[in-house]
Amino acid sequence: MNDHKHIILEEGNIQKQTTTLNLGPTHPATHGVFQNIVELDGERVVKAEQTVGYIHRAFEKLAERRPLYQVTPITDRLNYCSSPINNIGWHLTCEKLLGVKTPKRVDYLRVIVMELARIADHLICNSIVGVDTGAFTGFLYVFQYRELIYEIYEEICGSRLTTNIGRIGGFERDFTPAAFEKIEKFLKEYPAVLKEFEDLFNRNRIFMERTQGTGGISAERALNYGFTGPNLRAAGVDYDVRVHNPYCSYEDFDFEVPVGSTGDNYDRFLVRNGEMWQSLSIIKQAMQKLEQFKGTDADVYHADVPEYYLPEKKDVYTKMEALIWHFKIIMGEIDMPKGEVYFSVEGGNGELGYYLISDGGRTPYRLHFRRPCFIYYQAFEEIVKGSMLSDTIVTLSSLNLIAGEMDA
Amino acid sequence: MALTYEHIQSALVNKFGEAITNWQIGVDMASFEAPKEANLKVLQFLYEESSLGFQFLTDITAVHYPDQLGKELAVVYHLHNLVENVRLRFKVFTSIEDPTIFTATQLFSSANWMERETYDFFGIQFVGHPNLKRILNVDEMEYFPLRKEFPLEDQTRIDKDDEMFGRGGSIR
Repeated sequence: MNDHKHIILEEGNIQKQTTTLNLGPTHPATHGVFQNIVELDGERVVKAEQTVGYIHRAFEKLAERRPLYQVTPITDRLNYCSSPINNIGWHLTCEKLLGVKTPKRVDYLRVIVMELARIADHLICNSIVGVDTGAFTGFLYVFQYRELIYEIYEEICGSRLTTNIGRIGGFERDFTPAAFEKIEKFLKEYPAVLKEFEDLFNRNRIFMERTQGTGGISAERALNYGFTGPNLRAAGVDYDVRVHNPYCSYEDFDFEVPVGSTGDNYDRFLVRNGEMWQSLSIIKQAMQKLEQFKGTDADVYHADVPEYYLPEKKDVYTKMEALIWHFKIIMGEIDMPKGEVYFSVEGGNGELGYYLISDGGRTPYRLHFRRPCFIYYQAFEEIVKGSMLSDTIVTLSSLNLIAGEMDA
Repeated sequence: MALTYEHIQSALVNKFGEAITNWQIGVDMASFEAPKEANLKVLQFLYEESSLGFQFLTDITAVHYPDQLGKELAVVYHLHNLVENVRLRFKVFTSIEDPTIFTATQLFSSANWMERETYDFFGIQFVGHPNLKRILNVDEMEYFPLRKEFPLEDQTRIDKDDEMFGRGGSIR
């Protein structure tokens, strides 16, 4: 057993030198395709350099050749853990430019989908933080409910990960009774699961030791680095787009904005858990609000914007008007009004902004995505400098970095 | 006292006079333009003036207008006063022959990558930037792809024989 030779350093002959380690682009510790070149002194990080762009797909350029409705599938592929938020954010941006006012019922349906997406997003992030600190159970346990959320998406729009959900003006069809049943099932069963997930982690000594005081950032630095979303709130700044600039009738809902104080990995974890409870409460409220609609109001699932809302297929086959609009939309023959608009929504990991410039043509003249994790990832070096390599891994996952969003 | 767009406009005009042009209130926020030499001064004034306090940089990007001679490239800053919850859009135009502009990295750490991205796609040289190199594209790239002189490939082209992608080629 012990016959291999040990290197024995002579007294006074120990040279201090650093090691360079590549974390990524494909590495089990980076959840996504991006690279971290860390320089280590023993196990301490003395320098870190991030390289992004491995899955850059030129979305902003692609969008310049596409009519508005064809941009929606592009937005799916930004933060693919919460595609519906990206889709609906894009639809809301278009509606802002076009001056479309959506009915309340559409807003509430959208809120339900967006909050489900937020839960799915936070769920994956928090459970991965668990995995990276050595606790796989929580991850496996909550994933059943991520699956249920995906089933709800499937029931609403037909797809699961890259959802392409909804259209400009609303949804392509009303939620089916099965979709509502699944949402009810989720509302009924998920609180117990989330409670158990919290019980597994929140006061777990090992987990606390691993996450508290690591990867922290002050509120001041976080703001200067353009942090938004749960990462900023963990540092103690209560900025939430849903509250500051309410969109999609978020002003009708009663919810709290959880904040942390130290901005470390533990606070980020707690803030995300807190937000999941708030999202659950928002979905419940939205379900109650939906019951208020009676008569024809209870069947409304889109605004009346024939120029942009793709008509239902059965109408296309039977009605002249619908056929004409269908043709015009599909062929991209609708001229947009001239103008420019910046619109942002509270995405899974921060303020997701769309800067859309139209020159009156059929496609955007310029479209820019403000991707939250692209902006806050640059703070990574400052956050991890001087910390242990193992803490770096936890920080990487608790920042909720999504390569698809970073690279656009 | 709530921060109003009138107050912002009068503060800017008092400080910079004629330099502030094209003040507009759009559907989302107010926007204005300034000469490119003044971009950092304007940003600093908006940041440091206690009654304005635009201390959060939401976004930096650029737009290419090939038809506007002498001011082909626009750099667009989106600023946010989080306390008063007021947003502001600020544009500077620069010529494509000399696309130099002062960096905002001294004011905002977040400007670092945003400016690198803007350089990467539009070739805007941010003077004083600590590490101005490409970020999303490969380092060897010799052009700035989001400029309008690079159109996307025509989907109907037939001169290219790449059957793998379902474009052109021969039909068998």
